[in-house]
Amino acid sequence: MADDALAAKTRSPRAVVWARRRLSAGRFWATYRRSVMGIVGLAILVVFVLVALLAPVLVSSDQLDVTKATGPILEGPSWAYPMGTDDAGRSVLALVVWGSRVSLAIGLLAAAVSMVVGAAVGIIAGFRGGRWDAALMRFTDWFLVLPGLPLAIVLAAILGQSMFIIVMVIGLTSWPWTARIVRSQALSVRERAYVERARGLGARDPQLILKHVLPNLFPVIFANTILSIAAAILAESALSFIGLGDPLRVSWGATLELAFAAGAPTIGAWWWIGFPGACIVLVVLAFTMCGNALEEILNPRLRQR
Amino acid sequence: MGEWRYVARKLLQAGVTLLFILTVNFFLFRVMPSDPVRLLTRQRGVQLTPEAQAALSSELGLDRPIPSQYLQYLVDTVRLDFGNSFIYPGQSVVSVFLRYMWPTVLLVGTATVLMIVIGLYLGIRGGWKRGRPLDVGSMGFSLLFYSMPDFWLAMILLILFSTALGWFPSGGFETPDSDLTGLSRVLDVANHMFLPVLTLTLGYIGEYYLVMRSSLLDVLGEDYITTIRAKGVREDRVLWRHAVRNAMLPSISLIALSFGFVLAGAITVELVFSYPGLGLLAIQAIDYQDFLLLQALFLFASLAVLVSNLVADLVYSWVDPRVREA
Amino acid sequence: MSVLEVSGLSVSYITREGPVPAVRGVSFGIDRGQVLGLAGESGCGKSTIGLGLLRLLPPGTQMSGRVVLNGADVLAMAPSQLGAVRWTQASVVFQGAQHALDPVIRVGDQIEEAILAHRPATRRETRARTAELLELVGLPARRARDFPNEFSGGQKQRVMIAMALACDPDLVIADEPTTALDVMVQAQVLRLLKNLQMELGLSMLFITHDLSVLAQVADRLAVMYAGRIVEEGPADEVFGSPAHPYTAALADAFPRIGDEAFVQSPGGLDGDPPDPRELPSGCSFHPRCPRVMDRCRTIEPPSFPAGTGRRAECLLLEEGAPEAMPT
Repeated sequence: MADDALAAKTRSPRAVVWARRRLSAGRFWATYRRSVMGIVGLAILVVFVLVALLAPVLVSSDQLDVTKATGPILEGPSWAYPMGTDDAGRSVLALVVWGSRVSLAIGLLAAAVSMVVGAAVGIIAGFRGGRWDAALMRFTDWFLVLPGLPLAIVLAAILGQSMFIIVMVIGLTSWPWTARIVRSQALSVRERAYVERARGLGARDPQLILKHVLPNLFPVIFANTILSIAAAILAESALSFIGLGDPLRVSWGATLELAFAAGAPTIGAWWWIGFPGACIVLVVLAFTMCGNALEEILNPRLRQR
Repeated sequence: MGEWRYVARKLLQAGVTLLFILTVNFFLFRVMPSDPVRLLTRQRGVQLTPEAQAALSSELGLDRPIPSQYLQYLVDTVRLDFGNSFIYPGQSVVSVFLRYMWPTVLLVGTATVLMIVIGLYLGIRGGWKRGRPLDVGSMGFSLLFYSMPDFWLAMILLILFSTALGWFPSGGFETPDSDLTGLSRVLDVANHMFLPVLTLTLGYIGEYYLVMRSSLLDVLGEDYITTIRAKGVREDRVLWRHAVRNAMLPSISLIALSFGFVLAGAITVELVFSYPGLGLLAIQAIDYQDFLLLQALFLFASLAVLVSNLVADLVYSWVDPRVREA
Repeated sequence: MSVLEVSGLSVSYITREGPVPAVRGVSFGIDRGQVLGLAGESGCGKSTIGLGLLRLLPPGTQMSGRVVLNGADVLAMAPSQLGAVRWTQASVVFQGAQHALDPVIRVGDQIEEAILAHRPATRRETRARTAELLELVGLPARRARDFPNEFSGGQKQRVMIAMALACDPDLVIADEPTTALDVMVQAQVLRLLKNLQMELGLSMLFITHDLSVLAQVADRLAVMYAGRIVEEGPADEVFGSPAHPYTAALADAFPRIGDEAFVQSPGGLDGDPPDPRELPSGCSFHPRCPRVMDRCRTIEPPSFPAGTGRRAECLLLEEGAPEAMPT
């Protein structure tokens, strides 16, 4: 407390705000560190993100080219090909390494789209209240009834297949859940004293939202986004598996589609299916564990569980 | 009294949502595509003659202004007139749809019953004895299977139980060209359905477990549970008569919404097991770009979720006296 | 003869950070037909005692001491024995009847459930008993068929009282029974409770933060602070001439009609009750005490007699203390 008072005298208000945020970030990390799930999830993610970033260094992209593949055809894991090879003699490991870039990128971008739309709808509904709230939530409930993946499939089938379209399609079919959660939080922030006070001092709504509501909702939105990344990666894999992925990019789902189309399940080429799928499971699991750990910290009522 | 007003209000809301669904369906296929005529009157690999295309186009009203197309679409939909399928020439979309519907109803119905019963039971047990081995195990199980793409789990089960062990057939609805009848046919169908049902059930138990567990934990923290315990009521009665009954309420609407996920899961699972249901039909429609068929299928999926929501609302009013008042 | 004899009761809640003491060595008794008022600010441990008497606290909560109800120690009972004692020997009127009734079950069934949990009875018997109980608390018998949401706050509290009487208990624990009701209804519920208590000769533990309520119903008064009973004695004496500065402050916090002095300077206390995780040294009240002495910061005050049948935990009562409390 004394430090705060001192800081207020010697530093600009902005610096004080930042100092406080740094402090709370430090406290946040200290709490997060205690969650076993959170740490395990984070560790898995760090590994996958590193692999995705370093893919060009780890594996030459030539290995993805069917015409340049040199490996034996459909062979199980060996020292030379730790994850075996596909029916064109490509290393499944190479496919998995490069696939991580596409799968993670689409997951992150689609979750970002969903977050922006969901948060905007949720904040406006919760903060403005009244008719805005009623109208926007009715609209959100309508969208909740539209089954997400089938809608994404239809959209992708009509609009065509490119990474951009996949991102938009997944993002725009998954925002209603975010909107609902953000709204309920925005409702409670609105009631808090400092917002009342700021409004009393003449602050306008956009200003209020940017300076007071958004920073307070940020943790909730963040945790929710982490969980949406998991859902988006699953959605991408399903779209690709159906054959609606970007045909020019090798994602994990696309590799699984190829494997299925080549009859891998019936010829018992388990490695071709097992490894790319295991990567999806691990990454989705990791995002879910991190998201749950974050939610648990943010929502003390959950912490008891 | 209040009960009927509630039901009427819910029916009205469902009606409005239905109109929204129809509008979205119209918009998706008739307005959004850059060339809806081409989209709806062509098919991969098959070129209609210009005359045939024009005829189809006028039959669907594609040559008219958007508002009048919209009205015609609504009327056609109410009359279940979705035009003819491309994949199955000469057959109406409705007749194709009906042929593929029953296997899906059987598959999704069986799996849904199983996942709800098992998931809710685990959720109740887990929430009641939180942190015990059963709870911790269910939690890990739920997280793991939630993270699995349904089609991947399907392929893994296929490799394991069909390819490697040979316990179950690799796909289809029943053994083709067999003239099994009666019980042996039922067993044959069940044998084919086993792996798809297992996949869906395993994949979605976790959702129900988590929903039930968390609402049960909420209820167990309520004051009235303390009252009931104070009365000296036996613990199993506290759980089943009071806690579970109250915890069902928030679960019901979430269960209805998650029905959409199960339907979505059925699409890829049917693909993997070449199970001749609506999911497989949808994938054929995508592959052959039969958009009239796809439109009808999407409409059905939305309707299924809408109806399950409506049923949930009605069940809710039956269980919870409070909503009747509101 | 006493219905309830509590001695050395301590309760600690288990949290991630370790046990947190909520009640720290509390002793009191209630005689047959007597009403003991238990007062204190929220968080002082009074509701913990109310729930702890029937072992209704969350699983894992640590309890020690003795809670002797009609001669048997509740803390030593096996679960089946405990189930039999609950409601037949002691029942509870819970705080905020708003949430104390199961929302999806008809109130009549909830009352009948209490009866059936303890003795076999026919449907006809339990119905008749329920009707009788509802009429006893001033509700028409036909309301047994209604759900809790069809009752007003005051009516729910009446239902709660009717339910508490279902098994003719020896002791009724009333835990903030009038909180969250509006003033008129509060007065009605209070009058009902008092009348029933006298009519049926009930023994009662009446828990509230509102000292003025206790002045109307209690025979004896116990005041709690930070998990301890800091003063106990006959209600009118404790209320009229507090021996402990905390009781004095609490009594001052409630206006007495026609009291000129109150209008001049409304009493009450600055600050908040202490965090049970970090209790102050010495007397736990010393940081807020208007009459704090140096010794209070280090010495934990024992119990001193403060007149006939009265005791208080304050060093001011020690012989040779600087001055006696003004009366």
